[in-house]
Order: sequence, then C-alpha cells, then structure tokens
Amino acid sequence: MNAVRALLLVVAVAATFISAQTNDTRPPIKIGFMVPLSGGNAQNGRDILNGFLMYLDEIGYRAGGRQIELIVEDDEAIPAVGLTKARKLVERDEVHVMAGALLSSTGYALAPYITSMKIPMVYPVVSADDLTQRRRSEWIVRTGWSGSQPNHAFGEYAYQKLGIRSVVTIALDYAFGWESVGGFERTFAAAGGRIRQKLWVPLSAHDFAPYLAQIPRDVDAVYALLLGRTALQFMRQYEEFGLKGRVTLIGGGTTTDEHVLPFMGDEAIGTVTALHYSAALDTPANKAFAATYRARFKKIPSYYSESMYTGGKWLIAAINAIDGRVEDRAALVEALRRVRPSDLPRGPMELDAYGNPIENVYIRRVERVNGELQNTVIDTFPRVSQFWTFDPDRYLSEPLYER
Amino acid sequence: MTYFVVQSLNGLFSAALLFLIASGLTLAFGVMRIVNIAHGSFYMLGVYVAYTVAARTSSLLAGALLALFVVAIVGFLMQRFFLRRFASQPLAQMMMTMGFALFFRDAALMLWGGDPFTLPTPRWLTGSMEIGDIVFPWYRVFVIVVAALVGVGLWIVNDRTLIGARVRATVDDPEIAAATGINVARLSGGVFAAGAALAAFGGVMGGPILGGYPGMDFELLPLAFVVVIIGGMGSLKGALIGAIVVGMIDNFGKALVPELSYFTLFAPMVLVLALKPTGLYGRA
Repeated sequence: MNAVRALLLVVAVAATFISAQTNDTRPPIKIGFMVPLSGGNAQNGRDILNGFLMYLDEIGYRAGGRQIELIVEDDEAIPAVGLTKARKLVERDEVHVMAGALLSSTGYALAPYITSMKIPMVYPVVSADDLTQRRRSEWIVRTGWSGSQPNHAFGEYAYQKLGIRSVVTIALDYAFGWESVGGFERTFAAAGGRIRQKLWVPLSAHDFAPYLAQIPRDVDAVYALLLGRTALQFMRQYEEFGLKGRVTLIGGGTTTDEHVLPFMGDEAIGTVTALHYSAALDTPANKAFAATYRARFKKIPSYYSESMYTGGKWLIAAINAIDGRVEDRAALVEALRRVRPSDLPRGPMELDAYGNPIENVYIRRVERVNGELQNTVIDTFPRVSQFWTFDPDRYLSEPLYER
Repeated sequence: MTYFVVQSLNGLFSAALLFLIASGLTLAFGVMRIVNIAHGSFYMLGVYVAYTVAARTSSLLAGALLALFVVAIVGFLMQRFFLRRFASQPLAQMMMTMGFALFFRDAALMLWGGDPFTLPTPRWLTGSMEIGDIVFPWYRVFVIVVAALVGVGLWIVNDRTLIGARVRATVDDPEIAAATGINVARLSGGVFAAGAALAAFGGVMGGPILGGYPGMDFELLPLAFVVVIIGGMGSLKGALIGAIVVGMIDNFGKALVPELSYFTLFAPMVLVLALKPTGLYGRA
C-alpha cells in the first residue's frame, strides 16, 4: 500500500514539476482521493483508483488550464480512519475537491465533515440510498448509484419477463443488502410476486450451508446480494448443495460483478443480475474503455473500475466548465451538478436534483464467451431514477428500506 | 428431520476444519505456552501457496503437499529464530506472533493481490450425496473423513510413540521434561512447525469451498481459540470435542437464530470457563 502511495506521490510530484516548466501561472488543482488500499477490500479500492488513474492519464493530468495534483490516501475501509484521512486532505494538504470512498459506512461518516467544511466531494461507489435522499448534502455529488436503484427495475423485470412468482432472498446483513432487497421486493411484490423468505447473512460469513439448507426447492428463484469473496463462496456452494439447475439464481449486480466473476467457474453461468454497468456492454465507448483498461491493468474492468473513470470524467468536466477556478467551491459543486459528459462507458447519464445519477440499468446474464465469463446484457431499462416511477416527495416521506 | 440431518452434517464439516486448525494451536500452546495469533496466517498461507502451485502444475495434490511443506518451514523458522529467544516471556511472544500476523497479511496482499479465489474441487469429489430429501456435498463428506483420519493419526503419534510421550511430558512440565534429557527447544520447534502445517492443511481442505482472500487469517482464528479454550489448552482430545461443540453450535446458531450467532458461540465458552476454568480436558 505504501508502495502504491509512494508511487503516486512520485507521479504527483513529477506532474507538479512538469507544470512548473510550462508557463502555468496558477498553482495545481489538488484532488484528494481515498479508498481502501489495505485489508479485505483493498482490491476494490485499487480498481476504483485504477479507473481514475486511467482517465487522468488520458487528459495528461491537466484540466481548466491547470495542472492536476492527485493525493491518494488509504482509508482502510474503516470509517474513523476515513474521517482522519479526510481531515488530513482538507486541512493539511488543502485539497480543492475530494473523491472516493468505497463503503457506505465510510460514506456516511464523511458526510457531516464534508458539509461542515464545504468541500466538494464525488462519491463514485458508495451506494447508501439516503446519501442522496433523506440525508443528502449539497456538497456531495454521487456519480455511482443508489442501492435500490437497479433493483426497482429488476423486481418488475423478474416478475414480468423472467416469469418468476416466488423468491427467497439471501443478502448481506447491512444497509446495502437491506436497500437492494427492499428495492427488489417493492416492485416485485407490487407486480404480484411473493417473497417467501428473507435470509440475512453476516458480513463475516464464509460457509453458506446453514442458509442454503433452508431454501425450499419449490421456490421459483433465489435472489442473492453478495460481493467479493462472499459472492465467490456462495456461487460455489449453491452448486455444491444441488440448487443450481433446480432453482433459478438471480441477484444484485455485485454478485456477478467483474471484480469477482473471473474467479468463478461454470457454476455462475445463467445467473441474471441487474446493474448500471457491465464490462461486456456493447457500445464503442465501453469497448474502448474495457480494451484500454485491460491492456494496462491486465484485468477485466469491474464496475468499481468504471466508477471512477466516469467519476473522474465528471469531475474534470466540471473543472473545465469553470475554467479551473476551483477555489470557488460553490461554483465547482454547482458545475458538478450541471455538467453532462457524453461517451461514458456505462452509457448516458445525468444527475437528478438530489445529486444521484439517472442512468441505464442493464439486465445481465452470465455467459461464457471465448472461454471467459461475462455479464451479457440481455435487456436495458433506459434512464432509471433513484425514485423509479414514484413521486420523489412521496418516496422521501416513506421510511428507508430496512431488514 | 431432513433439515436437522443436513445441518448436523454441516456442523461436522465446520468441526472438521476447526479441528485441523485448533489441534496445531493447542499443541503449540501446550508445549510452549505460546498464544499464537499468527496461527490464522498459517491457515491463510496454506491456501495461497496451494493455489499458486495448483495453478502452475494443475495438480491439487502437489499444491497441497507443497503448501504443507512451505508453511511448516515458515513455522519452524519463526519458532527457531524469533520465538525461541523469548522463551518464558509469554507476553513478548504473543506480541511477536501478532506482529508476524500483520506482516503475513500485508505480504500476502503484496504477493498475491487482493482478489479472492477458490481452489478447484477434485473431479471425483464433485456433486452431492442424495438420500431422499437429504442433499449433502461429497466434498464435505471427504473433508470430515480426512479430518477424522488426521485425528486418529495425531492420537496414535501422541499416545503410542516416543515422540508423543516426549510431547506429553513437555506439556505436563517442561522443566522436569528437560531434566530427563528431552531437548525441549528442538521438540518445540518440531511441534510448532507441525501445528503450522496442520493449519495450512485446514486451509487447503477448505480451499475448494471457502477459498482464499485477504482477511481470512483473522476469520477462523477467534473460533479456533474458542475451541481450544472449551477443550482445554494443550489437549488434543479437548480440541476434538471442542471443535465438534463449536462447529455444531456455530452452524445451528446461524441457521436458527442468525441475529445471535456470536452469542450462541461465546456463551458456551463462558459457561465452560465458569464451571471448569481449565477447559473440558485441560490440566492446570
């Protein structure tokens, strides 16, 4: 981690040095960035950082006529550490804008500080619904998604297009799991479907047998919301216990996301999930992005990788829109909400009045193509809002999704 | 009924893995009085080494054997050059093992990256056993059987061989054992290395189901400590009984009252400690 950080600092210093040679009169724009770079979530953090580095390279670390200096911190996936690092970035490094964070807990922990310091912040990944709903901050712009967003679309799709009538859900027992299952349940039940049982799995779970043994065989489908190694273990064990092929497996997008998909085997084939991105998305913008990413990092881009490529593009577009006058923080955050860069890997996107993207939701099925597993897009819901088809005010007057 | 049988079988599977990990932990404690925080790291290194070798040679067996060998060497060196210097300073030793645990964790992240993986399941063990409504994976049956064999093997070595007698003597009283001519230092090195290899073996056996990922080193460690404390520190029989108790409770606890899964796990430990502070089979 320190090696990574040191390397980045060298890059940043080198960039500053080059800027000193060009006849740039204004000092560099400082961007503070934090993700977990150590511990169990390190790889997700690296994916996010990789996407950002790739975009900054594309624009030669320059925006709005100024050089860009990137300062990277490791938040260790611990909210208190994230807060300490945010203080360091804002108060010691005096960054103009911040971006990053992976976990919802970190996202929530940073929000009050960001608001009190009036520092523009881009959340590329943190998906906790309320960050752009009941507890939103005018200084936070989310370029990722809200947890229930793709699941609203997916609940309806599962009933109408997949013909699923009854479902058992198995999800990680924290806000992300509750919001995903809650969103799915809302539209699935409204369409006429029935959730037979909800199984909640602690984040520390590694053996899914106690839960898998509870799934009745006569249910139409199992909805799984997992990520990282839990997704890998679950998929393997779902087949182990003879459920694959008997009970259809569907789920939230992270369950088959490319951060874990390459490590799965044939057991993952056929799983249908919903997310705002797929590395297999067949558009020129995504094909170019995926090919370049792959050539550079020797990996398939995950949704985490795409998150900060697009987030970076968004941020740089905003900096360009105000000609690099990032000292005017209010103008910067206003620009962040106004700009609308095109040719994003994930497809068209705009921000709603609450700071959350309105973007496509893709229904993906895992297939093996040319020997590799991929999330083949089988259907698209265009321009999905975090409020789905509901009225925002009424939606916000209702409670947040819980267990 | 079906439900009960499947959950019990799986409790045995958890117990099997826990026994492999806890037996090494309890032996090292018995002989050296070391609370080895790095024991989970041996478990983790086992999977990582096996994965690397299996990916190169496409032989799971070669991976497993080399993993045992490499981790045993790591354990031996750690004991020989670091822990031995601090004999009879339990706190210093514990802090040192803590340091090693953090070192191994970062080293693994640097060497192997943070991506999760699973080991391939041997082809002849795929699929599941189906008796009526009862579905239980063959591989898990295999793990239970192998752990039972390891248990029998350990029991024979411990109870029927000269080495076992020396180990037992050292567990009972290291000073008297040394006075009778047993090379306690060398024995400790051997036991520590064997314990490390057992943990690595646990990691490899769990590999096709649980896989390898950053953070796994500290995941089963608390469970293994509960096993050792319930069974009595230094007792192999205790590790076996403790593993079955903890495996069953953990499994049924998660299935029946998931919200209380930590309570159901630690409550029996507290109970045992209150009634028999040395654990079920431990000696003061």
